[in-house]
Amino acid sequence: MLEVSSLTKRFGGLVAVNGASLHVEKGEIVSLIGPNGAGKTTLFASIAGFLKPNGGKVTLDGQDITGRQPHEICLRGMVRTFQVVKPFAGLTVRENIAVGAHTRIANRTEALELAAQVAERVGMGRRLDQSAGDLTVAGRKRLELARALATQPKLLLLDEVMAGLNATEILEIVEIIQGIRESGVTILLIEHVMQAVMKLSDRAYVLNYGEIIAEGSPAEIAHDPDVIEAYLGHGAAERMKAAGGADA
Amino acid sequence: MIDVRTQRIGWAILIAALLAAPFAISSGRWMEFIELTLFAALLGQGWNILGGYGGQYSFGHALFFGTAAYIQALLQFKLGWSPWVTLWFAIAGAVAVGAFVGFLSFRYGLRGSYFALVTLAFAEAFHVLARSLVSVTGGGSGIQLSLNQDPEMAIASFQFTFAGPFLAEAGYYYVILFCLLIGFAVTGWLNHSRFGAQLQAVREDEDAAEALGINAFRVKMRAICLSAAVTSLAGIYYVQKFLFVDPGIAYGPGKSVEALFAAIIGGLGTVIGPLLGSAFIHIVGEFAKETIGAMLGDRPGVDLILFGIILVLILAYMPRGLVGLAEVIWKRLSARKEAGDA
Repeated sequence: MLEVSSLTKRFGGLVAVNGASLHVEKGEIVSLIGPNGAGKTTLFASIAGFLKPNGGKVTLDGQDITGRQPHEICLRGMVRTFQVVKPFAGLTVRENIAVGAHTRIANRTEALELAAQVAERVGMGRRLDQSAGDLTVAGRKRLELARALATQPKLLLLDEVMAGLNATEILEIVEIIQGIRESGVTILLIEHVMQAVMKLSDRAYVLNYGEIIAEGSPAEIAHDPDVIEAYLGHGAAERMKAAGGADA
Repeated sequence: MIDVRTQRIGWAILIAALLAAPFAISSGRWMEFIELTLFAALLGQGWNILGGYGGQYSFGHALFFGTAAYIQALLQFKLGWSPWVTLWFAIAGAVAVGAFVGFLSFRYGLRGSYFALVTLAFAEAFHVLARSLVSVTGGGSGIQLSLNQDPEMAIASFQFTFAGPFLAEAGYYYVILFCLLIGFAVTGWLNHSRFGAQLQAVREDEDAAEALGINAFRVKMRAICLSAAVTSLAGIYYVQKFLFVDPGIAYGPGKSVEALFAAIIGGLGTVIGPLLGSAFIHIVGEFAKETIGAMLGDRPGVDLILFGIILVLILAYMPRGLVGLAEVIWKRLSARKEAGDA
């Protein structure tokens, strides 16, 4: 469904994303992980049209969408959320979600109805008339998800929707995301909460210093020496192996 | 929020009162006062579409008022066209200027104070142009339209001074009221439409709006055109009522400031805000003239200093304006009522 090939994004002399390639098949949940500053959000922004890549290609359902405007990409069925949440603070929860619903629905009443349904799906049914500016962090993350979902996407890009949530809230969001996948939406997510990555994803990519250094099932990734080194520092994989050997 | 039913009743009473005002109020001075209030409310409503709903603060809405006023005056004066024909050109001209300024600003992503400065600069540029193109605009001495004295031609000439007792008294009042009702209808539509929702989304966060499939550039372009169209109605009214326009009236900062005062003091992004703001400004202005004038003698501009202070206080402590204040009071009252019922 989504095909990213050797995408590069530079900021002046800094190469934030260097020839990254990845693909997401219909119905999958794919995770993109990596240490802080690895370039995950930059890669997301380049895929979704918020940054113009310096090289490489992005196709959605076989159509080239490289460097297209974000709103155009959204209309084609791919929508992103923001790591730093961006609620429409002056509007209510219902109105916020309705903005997403209006992407495909012109009629105000129908859009508001869809907004209420989507709010129910992400567990915000009782906060519909609350001002978005008054929501807690967890509430804002859900709202971000709800708005994106209301655009009725084929592919959802989630940028750290679990950051800053407590354990119970993470469990709830994991359940919601599984529900979204079951409804037929494909998902690519950036996540730091490994428990959720392990539980949710079919496959994962690891990004480090702007390059994809590993790909595979969550279990494979967790044992990949390159990945362990990326997270824990040079030589960590060998030391762990040695330590593991000593235990045995 | 004040509930929908109360709001509807409030609107019905307000509109009925405005329609009936000429029958109930015999004092010409009072009617003039109300008419001026409605005029500023219309300017404010035009500004509110772009500034209040769209978050794009213009400091040069006189551009649209003045362009419409000049077109309305010039086509009648130079070509002798009917005012009922020229008004369409006046609206179209204001919209064209809006589209031009909007394209330049939004295409290059100018936001906030940069957009404000660009609109201010354009208004000043037009001000200078109107002054210097003497052969077209008559320069600084302006354009004076001739007064129609034939009662038969009153409607055709869009002039009510000799239109018989009732229209002579209330004709212009109903014109400005009609224009303001159009302004209410447009902003009311913004509250209940896809375009309005998208415009408010752009105001709140442009990136988030783009991510949700909104073409922010196009939304802002449509908003500035709509805003210019509503503001242009004030220019048409002005020329028909006073039969005169000059560069200072048309493009001076006065109209731009009046427009944003009314909207900000009344309540940004609300239907009733500009009217409340305008009423407030005029009442305070009269009051200031009476009291301060009595103390210091006639000092033109004293009321403007007062408005400046009020504007700063409102922006600092009441960002939602008088409408916000009314909602807070309403909430307290209904909470008290519920407590009393319990």
